[in-house]
Amino acid sequence: MWITAGIIRRASSEEQVKMKEPKDIINRRRFLRGCIRGGFLAGLAGLTGGVTGRAKSQNTVWQIDPEICIACGNCATHCVLEESAVKCVHAYAMCGYCDLCTGYLMPEAKQLDTGAENELCPNGAIKRTFVEDPYYEYTIDESLCIGCGKCVKGCNAFGNGSLFLQVRHDRCLNCNECSIAAACPSGAFKRVDISEPYIPKKVGHA
Amino acid sequence: MKRIGLLIIPAVFFLFLSEPVSGVERFPPPDFESGYELPQTTYAPARRGVYEYIDVAVLLCALSLSSYLVLVKRDRRAIFVLTVFSLLYFGFWRKGCVCAIGATQNIVLAFFDNSYAVPFAVVLFFLLPLVFTLFFGRTFCAAVCPLGAIQDLVVLKPTAVPLWLESALRLLAYLYLGIAVLLAATGSAFIICRYDPFVSFFRLTGNLNILIAGGCLLVIGVFIGRPYCRFLCPYGVILRQLSRVSQWRVKITPDECINCRLCEDSCPFGAINKSTADWPRRDYNKSKTRLAILIILLPVLAVSGAFATAATSGWLSRAHPTVRLADRIYLEQSGNVKDTTDASLAFRGTGKPIDQLYAQAANIQDKTGFGSLVLGAFMGLLVGLKLIKHSVRRHRTDYEADRAGCLACGRCFQYCPREHVRLKKIKEAIQGNK
Repeated sequence: MWITAGIIRRASSEEQVKMKEPKDIINRRRFLRGCIRGGFLAGLAGLTGGVTGRAKSQNTVWQIDPEICIACGNCATHCVLEESAVKCVHAYAMCGYCDLCTGYLMPEAKQLDTGAENELCPNGAIKRTFVEDPYYEYTIDESLCIGCGKCVKGCNAFGNGSLFLQVRHDRCLNCNECSIAAACPSGAFKRVDISEPYIPKKVGHA
Repeated sequence: MKRIGLLIIPAVFFLFLSEPVSGVERFPPPDFESGYELPQTTYAPARRGVYEYIDVAVLLCALSLSSYLVLVKRDRRAIFVLTVFSLLYFGFWRKGCVCAIGATQNIVLAFFDNSYAVPFAVVLFFLLPLVFTLFFGRTFCAAVCPLGAIQDLVVLKPTAVPLWLESALRLLAYLYLGIAVLLAATGSAFIICRYDPFVSFFRLTGNLNILIAGGCLLVIGVFIGRPYCRFLCPYGVILRQLSRVSQWRVKITPDECINCRLCEDSCPFGAINKSTADWPRRDYNKSKTRLAILIILLPVLAVSGAFATAATSGWLSRAHPTVRLADRIYLEQSGNVKDTTDASLAFRGTGKPIDQLYAQAANIQDKTGFGSLVLGAFMGLLVGLKLIKHSVRRHRTDYEADRAGCLACGRCFQYCPREHVRLKKIKEAIQGNK
């Protein structure tokens, strides 16, 4: 048992005088160390081989699957960034251009206009522009959007669902563990390949 | 043209259904008559993958340079400059993510979960420091790791920590690594990333509690050198073991130790082993008995450790969202709670069978239970081994940097008179006394 041997082992008088070990001499300790090092290296190589066998050469980024997202509002508050990396995105092709837009207006809005008291968005990030009777275009000002998803919820509930949340990759830090993903109640966050970093909503009409 | 249907939508529509109704064509997109063109939705491009490889290249260069500066050049000032560079690049520029410490979890998850593909850059971030440590000692800790760097800069008034306390506190790091591996293996959470104390500083924003914890660690770090590295860092635990068998290592003296004791208190991390005096005979006999008892005690410690952690496995398994969800659904089904949560509503919205959820949760609980048993046994064994280590005395004739604990910062170099001879700052006069 070499642990006990460690106690008994006393340096020989020769060793005490000459403290430096010559480099070309292989003693027991150095040999053992070399063997263990070789073992570690082999282990690391094996681990890497096993793990990278399936590894993608490409990196991955976080993204929200809009089909699973329930627009709970965690995106606005759980991102490590002060202003969340998640923003609302508008798929214009799906939009009904409604006058009474349930993603834009408060549920009991008195008037269908741009009055702040009628707007659902807490930050006034959605711009409503008249196109032609009776259609209105809704555009999201990303610099104002905080990713709370209130408009998404409204649009999903009674509209076409053309508003949805996405991680904007010019802002996202791509944390190893996404804080929002950890707090996501529906498991809508997933890692996607960097070559296709967004999951756009499919255009509904066939 | 005006859609009357729109106006008779119930005014109470704030009672939203939570089901993810998407792509429902309630209002067909209009045919515009005014020549209006649909705007294109713009998406900001993702950070290109090639940058990840630039990071890996910088890591490789920094590791090589650090090893060269520590082992060959023996220049503390240059090591310091590299430390500052690493802090700026890996810390403040790359926002501390991904780091080698956190990459451990990706590797573990990839090892246990076949469906998880770990990016190659992350594998390299995990692997390179380990390989360098096997050859050159912990030069990664010295000047490359941004978490080490930020602490290294605040070491102003280091005080010595007693050996027993240092050893006991280090158990925390082993426990942290154990739990992190367990939770990563079950796919529950990446706790090393979640509780990274300094990443909030690098991002200049983050969770307030973590920010406070990081601030506290930095304040402690003024008096106790690098507390996170020594007592908490899970990756440091791995590096310690590899550093024990490294091919080359930090030497305090450039050629030979003259036992002048000048370096004795130079290490702020308590990583210098003093040369030992001869051992009295009666101590020797007493230690032999103690060692025998400890070796017999090892299995007992392991089993009691396993029992201790078996009790916590339920708590640990709740780190997995599926287990928490199953718990919640069970409470709702059995009528113990009246309200619902976002998660339970989202789950019910998917229409998946509840039994399937229960089965998944039970599976995760089983795995966590087994893992926590192994972890407990390991921790018990570790306590035993640590006790054994402290009852074994090794004969040492030189002042040496501890193979495992030395962070290769190079602070001790300048304390050695032989170093001054090497740098030709003083003449060989000291040699004459010998």
